[in-house]
Amino acid sequence: MTDTPEHRWHDMGGQSAGPIPMEGHDFALWEKRVDALMVLCGAKGLFTVDGLRRALEDMGEDAFEKYSYYDRWIAATNQNLIEAGVYSLEELGQRMEDIAKRGATYGEAQA
Amino acid sequence: MPHDHHDHLSPSGHPYRQDNDAPLTYFQRMEIAVRELLIEKGHLTQAEIATQIDRMDARSPANGAAVVARAWTDPDFKARLMENAGDATRDMGFDIGPLHLVAVENTADTHNMIVCTLCSCYPRNLLGLPPDWYKTRAYRSRAVREPRAVLREFGLDLPETTRIRVHDSTADMRYIVLPARPVDTDGMDEAALAKLVTRDSMIGTGLPLAPENT
Repeated sequence: MTDTPEHRWHDMGGQSAGPIPMEGHDFALWEKRVDALMVLCGAKGLFTVDGLRRALEDMGEDAFEKYSYYDRWIAATNQNLIEAGVYSLEELGQRMEDIAKRGATYGEAQA
Repeated sequence: MPHDHHDHLSPSGHPYRQDNDAPLTYFQRMEIAVRELLIEKGHLTQAEIATQIDRMDARSPANGAAVVARAWTDPDFKARLMENAGDATRDMGFDIGPLHLVAVENTADTHNMIVCTLCSCYPRNLLGLPPDWYKTRAYRSRAVREPRAVLREFGLDLPETTRIRVHDSTADMRYIVLPARPVDTDGMDEAALAKLVTRDSMIGTGLPLAPENT
């Protein structure tokens, strides 16, 4: 569903949809870290839960379908931190480039 | 990336997650970058992050089960739980932070279930992180439209005479279902009763176990 004046895309209650997918997964370390960063930054007042939700909702439905839950949450956390002036987009981009050079896996890419 | 254990289940009953030796993803790089920048700029420490992960890992449905079992055996506690579930749970010693929690009670003629149609709000500070299905489009969309059909997918076929109340959570107010105490449990103590309380029975997509099934 796309946005309408009554419902934005994330307001899913009442739509029709297929069977509930019952499969689950154990959380990976990087997912737990995203969760921790989100909670801690909120507790320190760097952003609010409303700011996170705004970023998630503005990502749109394509992002919901295409990316995983914690993919979207780190993107929302990052957007709020940049908006709050904690670091700049340039700093983020430079660091992500540096990290890519450290190694091919999550484990190898740690500082 | 193929792994030879993809067809097996982990001890938790879930498929094995991808190992940390899978190819680094864009959002994993973003997580590393955000974490490093936050630490370098003095907003967070490694220890705080590790502690927060431990804190979240320690939260599980067993915490909620203890609350439910207390409510089944202690009428005064149950009254406090129904009045203010957050405070009653904090008084039991659970570290639930500022969670505003509301308990909704299943009775002989009413069954409750919880959902977050807008996102993924869940009593995570008591029960731990929500199951993946709770965050899916299918559950969020259909729980409020055809709850009986959804419950049947969870193996719960309630009679038409049972009223179903669906509670839509928000970031600021989250629900927990207080399931009805199973029959034939009169002689059981609080610890034994807690073992009957499943995660899904506190979401409302299941019922507590019968005593012979534990």
